[in-house]
Amino acid sequence: MDILYKIFIDPFVQMGGAPDLLVQTLWEGLVGGVLYALIALGFVLIFKASGVFNFAQGIMVVFAALTLVGLHEHGVPAYVALALTIAVMFGLAFTIERLVLRPLVNQPDIILFMATFGMTYFLIGLGELVFGGNPKIMIASELGLPRGAIEIKMLGGFVSLQKIDIAAAIIASIMVTVLAIFFQKTRIGRALRAVADSHKAALSVGISLEQIWVIVWFAAGIVALATGIMWGARSDVSFALEIIALKALPVLILGGFTSIPGAIVGGVIIGVGEKLGEFYWGPLLGSGIESWLAYVIALIFLLFRPQGLFGERIIERI
Amino acid sequence: MRVKYLALGLSLAVAGSAVIASKATAQEGIFVPLLTYRTGPFAGSGQPIANGMNDYLQMLNERDGGIGGVKLLIEECETGYDTKKGVECYEQVKAKKPVVVNPYSTGITLQLIPKAAVDKIPILSMAYGLSASAVGNDFPWIFNPPATYWDGLSMMFRYIGGKEGGLDKLKGKTIGYVFFDGGYGREPIPLLEQFAKDYGFEVKLYPVPAAEMQNQSAQWLNVRRDKPSWMIMWGWGAMNPTAVKEAAKINFPMDKFIGIWWSGGEDDARPAGADAKGYLTLNFNGVGTSYPAIKDIQKFVVEKGKSQVDKTKVGENLYNRGVYNSVLIAEAIRNAQKISGKKVVTGEDVRRGFETLQISAARWKELGLTDFGAPITSVSCTDHNGHHAAYMQQWDGAKWVKVSDWIAPMKDKVRPLLEAAAKDYVTKNQPWPKRTEPCDKSS
Repeated sequence: MDILYKIFIDPFVQMGGAPDLLVQTLWEGLVGGVLYALIALGFVLIFKASGVFNFAQGIMVVFAALTLVGLHEHGVPAYVALALTIAVMFGLAFTIERLVLRPLVNQPDIILFMATFGMTYFLIGLGELVFGGNPKIMIASELGLPRGAIEIKMLGGFVSLQKIDIAAAIIASIMVTVLAIFFQKTRIGRALRAVADSHKAALSVGISLEQIWVIVWFAAGIVALATGIMWGARSDVSFALEIIALKALPVLILGGFTSIPGAIVGGVIIGVGEKLGEFYWGPLLGSGIESWLAYVIALIFLLFRPQGLFGERIIERI
Repeated sequence: MRVKYLALGLSLAVAGSAVIASKATAQEGIFVPLLTYRTGPFAGSGQPIANGMNDYLQMLNERDGGIGGVKLLIEECETGYDTKKGVECYEQVKAKKPVVVNPYSTGITLQLIPKAAVDKIPILSMAYGLSASAVGNDFPWIFNPPATYWDGLSMMFRYIGGKEGGLDKLKGKTIGYVFFDGGYGREPIPLLEQFAKDYGFEVKLYPVPAAEMQNQSAQWLNVRRDKPSWMIMWGWGAMNPTAVKEAAKINFPMDKFIGIWWSGGEDDARPAGADAKGYLTLNFNGVGTSYPAIKDIQKFVVEKGKSQVDKTKVGENLYNRGVYNSVLIAEAIRNAQKISGKKVVTGEDVRRGFETLQISAARWKELGLTDFGAPITSVSCTDHNGHHAAYMQQWDGAKWVKVSDWIAPMKDKVRPLLEAAAKDYVTKNQPWPKRTEPCDKSS
């Protein structure tokens, strides 16, 4: 009986007893969720264009952030470093298309997937060789990102909003919206969907596979850079950021691998769900449940919608 | 026929060169492998330690021609703080007859403990690893000076008691424990729970899974709700700077937040900058470059381009921690040479060297490291740790500042628990070999 009370009643009593903490938890979940959505977006873009789960997305986040900070450490002004990092991400997209994707056109998806494994290890090595393995401090204030917190007295307590989190939420939302419009409403977006359906068919109607891949990998690189800046500002820039990227996996399961809105909604559900779960139900299970709770949430959704919330229902002729 | 002879010739050449190589190793030096991690999520903590360990040993080679006239053959093996890779590294270096192995990870140490006695290779897990391995009768090949994690926890409580006006004042209070959710972070929990019973406080545990090291907002929201009087941390790698930032974010009083000695790197506090002001950690080695031995490292190794260290980071806390680790290795080798009468010592000799390890204040001075560490006086045949003192340091917004004298551990509380834990380990891992190695007189 006691356990039932602890599961079904006590958490809600706590929510009512300290509503400021509930608001704080929701805010933390929302910010985390938006950042997960940003990471998931990188995966979705590439999956849409090539039908491949890009295992290298996590290391792209680290590589982009390290390039930015590394250039600044060598005396390059912050905004110039930002521009140069964008150029580096374009160069990376171009190189990947030339050296990895182009020779693998029409190969089974699993081959492309394995190629992204190879890219991961290559980028880890390259990043460590060029920038070293030691953690670096994100140049958040040099980039004009705000520091400090806004403390709002409310509901008999206070809610603390970190300015960097507010900025992260706004930037991520703008980025997601722009990308969604770009890929939904433009000719390139339609071409992208055609490429995702069939490489051969897209080629037959004159779509340049090479061009689409470079654009998509470049867009994923920009998303990785934004993710790296935001996560890096919350902690530091190190190779540990790569692990965070795997948090996008339950987001993708939930939102669907091909849906930009799915990545956003999935990110927010996972972010808020895991924070609420950890805060109110975690102590019942010895805490530290966040890392697997995200997958449980995703699996529950999968029971009802196997293709994810916004994923395309694929009907295949047998 | 020609191919057959060619193959035979080639295999003879390979076999011959292998024999020559092993002879050369034995004649030319003492093999000291260093299991390090310069890459991966824990590189932030691993790099300075790797540099410190490597540079001190290199300095001995450059300045003194090695130890007792025998060069040290130093070789790093990258583990990435991954237990699997660490065990692979061990297997790889084992063939070259190392005189000691430093796993630099509690997870790797736990895997190597059963292997050490079989392979006759002493394992040095300096102030980490299995606390119970301090019991020399059960773990003759494992050494963990200068202090165990349990000693560290007891020192924290001495400090807290001092600030609170006595440990009895903790009654009815809450103490939070945020930790890396793995073997390392779970190690001090039994003693923490024992202290909670003894002093009447409540313990709140906040585990941080490896995947959430940089995403700790939920843990710190719990801290905000539970309002512990003190927070204790067992963090490593990217977990440390994130925890310090999160603590500052919830306005937790930083002078009531204490990290273990592995949570006290400059890169752990620096990202939070002024917000981390007041954050405390234990330490058992000196910080800075004012020591003559550190100056020798700069002169003989760093300035000559024989180190991977960024010159500005020489003397930082974790760099000097690596130096401390290598001092223990070097002194054990020196001891081994003295005891065995041999110049080129083996793992078995160095094990005896560790059991008789003594670094008095005068010896620290001779080494060019006056007051760098507390005198090592209590390592013996039965006690492979010694339970030596550490001190508290505090982040002043830009650097670490020593804020206490040497704090002795509560040996009377820790030792009986260690003995019981060792017995428990042996019972659970039967058949566990009985100690056959004799004790040297001086130990």
